[in-house]
Amino acid sequence: MKKSLLILAVILCATTLYGQDFLNKSKVSGSFQLDGNYYWEDNGIGITEDKINGEKFGAYGFGKLQYQLGDFSAGMRFEAYQTTPMSGFDARVKGMGVANFFATYDNGTIGVTVGDIYDQFGNGLIFRTYEEWTLGFDNSLRGIRAVFRPCNGVTLKGIYGKQRYYWVSYEEERGLVRGVDGEWDINNSIEALNDAKLKATLGASFVSKYESEPTMEYNGNIYQLPQNVGAYAGRMNLGYGRFGLSAEYARKINDPSFFNNWIYRDGQELLASLSYSQKGLGVVLQAKRVDNMSFKSMRTARQNDLDIGFIPPINYTHTHSLPSMFAYATQPLGEMGVQFQVNYTIPKKTALGGKYGTKLAFNYSQVNDIKRDSIMVDGVNTLNMMGTKGYTSPFFAIGDKMFYRDFNFEIEKKISAKWHLTLMYINLYYDMETIEGHPGAEAVKAHFAFGEAIYKINRKHSVRLELQHMWDNVGKNQEVDPLYEEYYVKRGNWMAFLLEYTIAPKWFVSVADKYNYGNPIADNRDHYFTGSVGYIKDQTRIALSGGRQSQGLVCVGGVCREVPASSGVSITITTSF
Amino acid sequence: MKKFLAFLLFGFMFFGLNAQNKSDLPNITLKNLDGQSVNISEINNGGKPFVMTFWATWCGPCVKEHNALTEVYDDWVEETGVKIISVSIDDARSTAKIKPFVDGKGWPFEILLDVNKDLARAMNVSNPPHTFLFDGKGKIVWQHTGYLDGGEEDLYEEIIKIAK
Repeated sequence: MKKSLLILAVILCATTLYGQDFLNKSKVSGSFQLDGNYYWEDNGIGITEDKINGEKFGAYGFGKLQYQLGDFSAGMRFEAYQTTPMSGFDARVKGMGVANFFATYDNGTIGVTVGDIYDQFGNGLIFRTYEEWTLGFDNSLRGIRAVFRPCNGVTLKGIYGKQRYYWVSYEEERGLVRGVDGEWDINNSIEALNDAKLKATLGASFVSKYESEPTMEYNGNIYQLPQNVGAYAGRMNLGYGRFGLSAEYARKINDPSFFNNWIYRDGQELLASLSYSQKGLGVVLQAKRVDNMSFKSMRTARQNDLDIGFIPPINYTHTHSLPSMFAYATQPLGEMGVQFQVNYTIPKKTALGGKYGTKLAFNYSQVNDIKRDSIMVDGVNTLNMMGTKGYTSPFFAIGDKMFYRDFNFEIEKKISAKWHLTLMYINLYYDMETIEGHPGAEAVKAHFAFGEAIYKINRKHSVRLELQHMWDNVGKNQEVDPLYEEYYVKRGNWMAFLLEYTIAPKWFVSVADKYNYGNPIADNRDHYFTGSVGYIKDQTRIALSGGRQSQGLVCVGGVCREVPASSGVSITITTSF
Repeated sequence: MKKFLAFLLFGFMFFGLNAQNKSDLPNITLKNLDGQSVNISEINNGGKPFVMTFWATWCGPCVKEHNALTEVYDDWVEETGVKIISVSIDDARSTAKIKPFVDGKGWPFEILLDVNKDLARAMNVSNPPHTFLFDGKGKIVWQHTGYLDGGEEDLYEEIIKIAK
């Protein structure tokens, strides 16, 4: 660690000593964020002194510095996570230090990066490293990356390294990740096709991980494990005028792991989409199939740890506070899904469009399990059994179990210079059993209505009122087995409001409440009342809020971020320079 | 170690004070909606100012900001010659949806896809929306995070200050 910083410093010094001219061309930038929370006991929503465990104050911050000089750039990020049990972070994110540093030289033809790398091949199916601060997620690759662009439209990449695993030393056991990727943008590389109507890009990648341990012992049996697990993917992206077609297919050799219950089955994944769009109308249909595609650089890794591949969910992302409590999580072991979306703007100055036009959006998404057929070995059903091939799965057969379905319709209209209205209806099916890992939990079949009105008082002052309601299939009078009470924390009907007053571009203040009035358990019929105030000056933003926060994607004062459940006060400061 | 970091920090700051002439656009390549590569460092607007704004389909305020900018865009272009470049930081889950989404909403901006947030990281963008105003030479002259109703007018005031 110290060594690498030293190298960084030497490079910096060397380049700066080179001459005054270089000094003038160098550029330093950075950013800073601090989230501080003070939690208090709130028995109403189950936050007891035991849960807080004396750790009332949580703080998470990072500072990032970047240096650029011509084709050379370098940077580092210092992180400090003082997490508490209330913060909702994985306990292992707790710690501080320089979590990320890099140095890059890229002259357009050749580029080399050493240090902690963020990159992805294609859609990221077999390789994607990224960082999501609010989730405490970072799977960056410490190692080296080389990029070579031999001619217009051709990009070749190679990566080699080990992934970040919270604060665990890079010397500790975990797999090596190696990969290559090639992309050919045909129109860019062949001059005669520069202006062709058909636009085509092709790509292919190969990624392999290496783990040194060749066997595993479990219950007296010795299992032979592949030390090298290879994965490959091919992709294409076609555009023809208003039409677009893109697809990526990935395959991975058998990779027994804790996550897939140590089965020796190959994995595969297909992601495809077809779209049509013109000014005022956009239509897109997406499909995907995932079969045993958890790909991690350590066989024993759990949850989202050490993911090498990224499985994109394709369903609609809800941002309103009630539906976002039921967000879908991808199922790397197997899922099949479709997504269909239409965006249409009724033109201005028509009967339905009115003076400003009317924006409509429709979305349908559904995700089911894949179908799994048993393999019989000596008369024994080996379905998903450790040390076997697991199962077979016909590619086009859809599994019976539905994980998630959502159809929603949104209408958005500027009524006049003063008034702006948005209405939305959402119909959701959410298989809590699978998505939240609660065996036996009743699926959520809910309807949501959302309405928002913005009244512009004058050029700078606006008032926004948001109303939401959720009708759940679990009624207020439904009897709940005391053993399963935790499955009903957010069940039953809800109503919510948010009232916000903004003074552009600097001030916002809001009050909001979510009320679970229809919960079948009387103790859960809680209000989640919050108040927020914030100040923005250029790129600096300070927000202070207090009250009860339930988990979800929260958008107040113009910025969205994901926050965990809590009761208390919090402050967020972000800035960049 | 701590001393060393502090030294490094001061070093950075010292160099930072000397940063004068360089364009603020990093050397990063992104794709546009036709799948064609665009090198960010080569972006310009023929010597006129341009705006770069970071957004995502899941970010309500970003969509509001884009709708508001769409309404005034023709007037702004006519009066100042400004250009808006809109950078989506949606990940692979939405890559295929961006074009129909943007067209369906009727947004007239040049859209770039920052699928793994390479540009957002290089520009120190933490949360969308984050809007930068560049002068004709590619220097950042103003930036703002978040969007509050009517905020586009404040951006316009800044544009007018530098438009010739």
